[in-house]
Amino acid sequence: MADPTFVALSVLTIASAIAALELRSLIYGAIALMGTLGGIAGFFLLLDSPFVAMFQIAVYVGSIAVLILFTVMLVRRELIFQKVEDTRRKWAGIGLMLAAMASLGAVVISSGIDAITTAEPAVDFRDIGADFLTTYWPALIMMGLVLAGAVIGAMMLARREDIENDQRTS
Amino acid sequence: MTNELVDFTLVSVALLCIGIYGLAVKRNALRMLFAVEIVINAANLNLVAFARFVPDSGGQTLALFSIAVAAAEVAVGLGLIIVAYRMYRDVDVAKFRTLRG
Repeated sequence: MADPTFVALSVLTIASAIAALELRSLIYGAIALMGTLGGIAGFFLLLDSPFVAMFQIAVYVGSIAVLILFTVMLVRRELIFQKVEDTRRKWAGIGLMLAAMASLGAVVISSGIDAITTAEPAVDFRDIGADFLTTYWPALIMMGLVLAGAVIGAMMLARREDIENDQRTS
Repeated sequence: MTNELVDFTLVSVALLCIGIYGLAVKRNALRMLFAVEIVINAANLNLVAFARFVPDSGGQTLALFSIAVAAAEVAVGLGLIIVAYRMYRDVDVAKFRTLRG
C-alpha cells in the first residue's frame, strides 16, 4: 500500500495542477505549475531515480517555469487577470475529464499491472550514462541539434524587424 | 519499496486528464501551454515508473530525452505566443484569425 509521502506528493501535484489551470491570475498559475513540476521530481525520487529527478528540477523548475514567468510578465496586466470561457464549455470539459479519468483508471486497474512488484535493486545511474554513450549516441547528437535549432528558431521568431537597435548612437 | 506501480500509473492518469481538460476548455494561449506541460509530465512519470518496476535503464534514458524535447517545445511555443501577442495584442487563441504576418 502507498505510504504517507506518496499520498502527500500526489495531493500536492494534482492540486497544484488544477490550481495552475484554474487560478485567476496567470502569475499565480505559473507558480502553481512550478509546484506540479516539483511534485513530479519528488515522484522520481520515490522511484529511486535521483538523476532524472535532478534533471527535472534543473530543466523544468529551474528554466522552463522561470521562462514562462517572464513571458507572463510581458503580457498586458488586464490580460493576466482576464478569464474568457463560457460555462457550458467548461462543464462539458469537466465531464470529459471525469469520463476519461474513470475509463482510463478502470482500464489501468483491470489490466493486472497491480500484480507487478519488483524486488530487484534500482537501476544505477551509471547505466544511464552508458546508455547515452553506447546505444543512443545518434539520438543524443540529434537531440543537441534539435535543441540548437529550437533555440535559434525561437530567437528568429521573437525578433522585431520594425525597430532598429541603435543603442550605440544614443 | 511499498509503493506499487498501479499507484503511480493512477496519478499519471489523473494528471493526463487534467491536462486534457485544460486543452479542451481554456482559450488563453499560456494556459494551454501549462496544460501541455502537465500532459508531458504525466508521460514522463509513467516512463520512470515502468523503468523502476521492469528494471531497465532504457525508460529513464527515454525520460531524459523527453524532458529535453519538452524544453525545446516550450522555447518555440513561448516565441510563437510572443509573436501572436505582438500582432493581435491578445493571448486569446480564438482571436488569432489570420496567418498573415
